[in-house]
Amino acid sequence: MWDYSETVKEHFYNPRNAGEVEDSNATGDVGSLSCGDALRLTLKVNPQTEIIEDAGFQTFGCGSAIASSSALTEMVKGMNVDEALKISNQDIADYLDGLPPEKMHCSVMGREALQAAVANFRGEEWKDDHEEGALICKCFAIDEVMIEETVRANNLTTVEEVANYTKAGGGCASCHEGIEEILVRVMAEAGETFDPAASPAPEVDTTPETLVAGTSGMAIMKRIKRIETIIESIRPQLKRDGGDIELVEVMGDTIYVNMTGACSGCQMAAQTLGGVQQRLMEDLGEFVKVLPATELPKAMAGA
Amino acid sequence: MADVYLDNNATTMVDPGVVEAMIPYFTEQFGNPSSMHSFGNKVGFALKQARGQVQKLLGAEYDSEIIFTSCGTESDSTAILSALKAQPDRNEIITTVVEHPAVLSLCEHLEKEGYKVHYLKVNEKGQLDLQEYKELLSERVAIVSVMWANNETGTLFPVLEMAELANAAGVIFHTDAVQAVGKIPMDLKSSKIDMLSISGHKLHAPKGIGVLYLRRGVRFRPLLRGGHQERGRRAGTENAASIVALGKAAEMASENMEFENTKVKAMRDRLEQGILKTVSHCFVTGDAENRLPNTSNIAFEFVEGEAILMLLNKQGIAASSGSACTSGSLEPSHVMRAMDIPYTAAHGSTRFSFSRYNTMDDVERVLEAIPPIIEKLRKLSPYWSSNGPVEEPEKAFAPTYA
Repeated sequence: MWDYSETVKEHFYNPRNAGEVEDSNATGDVGSLSCGDALRLTLKVNPQTEIIEDAGFQTFGCGSAIASSSALTEMVKGMNVDEALKISNQDIADYLDGLPPEKMHCSVMGREALQAAVANFRGEEWKDDHEEGALICKCFAIDEVMIEETVRANNLTTVEEVANYTKAGGGCASCHEGIEEILVRVMAEAGETFDPAASPAPEVDTTPETLVAGTSGMAIMKRIKRIETIIESIRPQLKRDGGDIELVEVMGDTIYVNMTGACSGCQMAAQTLGGVQQRLMEDLGEFVKVLPATELPKAMAGA
Repeated sequence: MADVYLDNNATTMVDPGVVEAMIPYFTEQFGNPSSMHSFGNKVGFALKQARGQVQKLLGAEYDSEIIFTSCGTESDSTAILSALKAQPDRNEIITTVVEHPAVLSLCEHLEKEGYKVHYLKVNEKGQLDLQEYKELLSERVAIVSVMWANNETGTLFPVLEMAELANAAGVIFHTDAVQAVGKIPMDLKSSKIDMLSISGHKLHAPKGIGVLYLRRGVRFRPLLRGGHQERGRRAGTENAASIVALGKAAEMASENMEFENTKVKAMRDRLEQGILKTVSHCFVTGDAENRLPNTSNIAFEFVEGEAILMLLNKQGIAASSGSACTSGSLEPSHVMRAMDIPYTAAHGSTRFSFSRYNTMDDVERVLEAIPPIIEKLRKLSPYWSSNGPVEEPEKAFAPTYA
């Protein structure tokens, strides 16, 4: 079974705005080839104010497709069309308290239905510019088409580069075989041969000058600056709860921090660290470990 | 109300009698069967008994033809890779498009290594074309691997006949029989089947135990080399408790063979006919005349399987689906696609698989639950109008696909 949030389940069991809106003046019919799901969104837009007065959906699809459609109709009601167009698929997923990575395409389908419906209202023809493939990296929800196109556009030749450009493979690393297969295929188009030796698996080198280099391929100073900026952006949030965080040391993929104030000794500290780690991974596009600075002496002794 | 479990092709409950039989092998009978002392000796005897029980269920000629493995997948891999290793001059494999991933993924991988794999197609009822098969048999083929019964539809393949044909052409024949063993009677000694895979957890033994049947005299190369366990054909300390469990489960399966083919079948048939009568626009997939007694796969048109399963689950009913969404893959079940079932029906295909622990009350519960669930989902479906599919559904609703 999928790990659906309570909100997803609730919207699936009790969908809002199911069915076609009467006197609708905007229709968006879209489907996601990636699982055969399809959605018809109908809107009633006030032609003067361009406010969406009513919205309804009909969906052929799984639990999260129905929940995403239901959420979308709730979100757009009362908005004017320009506002509504700003809704991203992430907004739909957030409204539902998240979707499993394999199911993010359901929220994409919702956003596309909205674009199609608005285009229909304005008498334009909507063209889809987005193609989906098999999900390769489950940590960061990156699909095959995305990796293929990035490899082709940037002439990537190593798994490491793919992780730097797309984040794919930057997490648990289970998908590296799949990424290699894409590289073999795309490189063959250009008459090149994939060479696994060209991309040694990211290792933590403990010689001093490389200690702070990560797997993102970023220059050392630039990477540290980036880490500092990210941590800086997290601080206000922690301060609000009476805590604080400071960067202590970066060793390869391990980042040591000090939790101070209300954060130190807080039972939630471990969870907060997890959140900080997630944030750093997403922003840096590489796998990192965040540990309390108290762990640092052990690492130094080990090196 | 107790939950209704109709997903026995996925896995089964371990029979309480099986649990009872295996428990002593965790505690007082913990010895290594290879040891000389009495701690090990008794375990050795228990393994021998289990081997005999499995031999009897399969109708194998010798108990040494039973090799215990860790699962059905290991048995499949061992069989196929052994045939390739033992016959380096043969580089072709014959299998079918509807095999379990345990065989299909391995074959796709072997293709990348340079082997030629022939995938036999099926028709809309899931049946093979034996003429196509005959024409492919040659001295280039290292092994034929064809499932005995399909896990999704229960459709039976004519493996006895296919094994005869392979044998006549001098080709090794393997069958993945994880769904068939224990549900239909077998007498391997009178067949030409060379290798056969079993998975314990499909017949009320625990997960993590399987069997590869290997006919005496068939050339063999082990997958795992090491100690002398299983006569050197599968090294690694025996999973004694689970082997004892599988032995016991095999014995119970022999005793219940008639029950499976009468009582269990009657439950399946009652459910199927009941659903077909009360729900419009649905049909049985696979070869209804020639399938396992416990399996029914029904495609509900214009609705999606995962949504059906979630609503069933809410009422404590467990089944499974061939929809893409339940697996996280791109496509609906490769079995449904192979039979050319339209997308709008394949996505709604729902499998009900019984065991001897189900009752007619379970059937009645499901018969009550299904019609309102399908009705509710169809109301949400763009392919459905108030009381039937929209006219020309494919035209009335033709979304832009991405």
